[in-house]
Amino acid sequence: MQTKTDVGYNSKVEGGVVHTRLDAAANWCRKNSLWPMPMGLACCAIELMAVGASRFDISRFGSEVMRFSPRQSDVMIVAGTVTYKMALAVKRIYDQMAEPKWVIAMGACASTGGMYRSYAVLQGVDHILPVDVYVAGCPPRPEALLDALIKLQGKVAKEPFLTTQKQVA
Amino acid sequence: MSPLELAQKLKVRFGNLISEPKEFRGEITVELSDADVIAEVCAFAKTDLGFDFLVDITSIDNYGEDPRWTLVYHLYGLGHHGALRLKTAVSEELSEVLTVTGVWRTAEWHEREIFDMMGIRFRGHPDLRRILMWEGYPHYPLRKDFPLAGKPTEEPEIAFTEGAPEEGGPFVTVAGGKDAMSREPRARVPESAPADLSTGLEAKETPKPPETPGVETKEFI
Repeated sequence: MQTKTDVGYNSKVEGGVVHTRLDAAANWCRKNSLWPMPMGLACCAIELMAVGASRFDISRFGSEVMRFSPRQSDVMIVAGTVTYKMALAVKRIYDQMAEPKWVIAMGACASTGGMYRSYAVLQGVDHILPVDVYVAGCPPRPEALLDALIKLQGKVAKEPFLTTQKQVA
Repeated sequence: MSPLELAQKLKVRFGNLISEPKEFRGEITVELSDADVIAEVCAFAKTDLGFDFLVDITSIDNYGEDPRWTLVYHLYGLGHHGALRLKTAVSEELSEVLTVTGVWRTAEWHEREIFDMMGIRFRGHPDLRRILMWEGYPHYPLRKDFPLAGKPTEEPEIAFTEGAPEEGGPFVTVAGGKDAMSREPRARVPESAPADLSTGLEAKETPKPPETPGVETKEFI
């Protein structure tokens, strides 16, 4: 049966050889092993922990370890309210992550400041980081975060391999 | 000894500086007319009356009145389980009180928070600096003349901070209206918006499907 995919593989014809594009292969590796950097700041971090636990297992999707070291992680999940005081630290940690890196803004506070329209809360982490996926909810259901991860995987699959990643604005 | 008796002992010791103990719902409140002796009063309360636990220090902004600040000290005795509230007033021109960190070490952070949020300084405090807002933040946020959304400030190294947007946002409900539908923003058309933006649950004629014979169409309300 012939199907059109990125990976064209017919084992009877080609044996143990897979023909693919570099983009597809590299992106397949990247998207199926997105190690999160959990920036758990507030209540959304509890739901993030739930996602990491056994019922809504995030390691099914390749996010096997929550690397609390930015040097070893791929996606930063900003889970919680970003205050101005904390925004400094969040930006520093993001800068320390190696390319390629992505950001998921989890919950209302990280996306837009949430219910806190006040003097101390950054109105959305996208003021300081380029966000790839926003998750709505207060807090979002664990399934919602997994849906965001799947959407991010879809985004990663489409990225050209040899592109310069996120530029500082 | 009940807290009322302990408050009476405080009054006996300090005379006219302490008001008559007021009781409300089982809680005793005592007012101190001169904020300069607050440290002595607290030291006496701790050593002689057994109030060895400072529960909280908080400040009130009586905006428009003089004196502007009221400081409230909540004391508790772990031995005798009695609680006492101590209030004192500070004027805005002075905006300074003696610290009680010599009596209870926990007052350090409570007084830092009052300094951060209200701007009342504490004489003799070992480390008076901001505790919640960042160093160099120029305003005092919990004063009554400070807007909730905040004023624009410079946060060094990260970004400028603008006041958070409040008006005209999508999730601002209006007061009044007999049910949630009319209070919700979807039912409200802003005056500045063009007319075609008025969508939502206002009475709009939904197009009815054409009647087909033999089929019962039900209306869902």
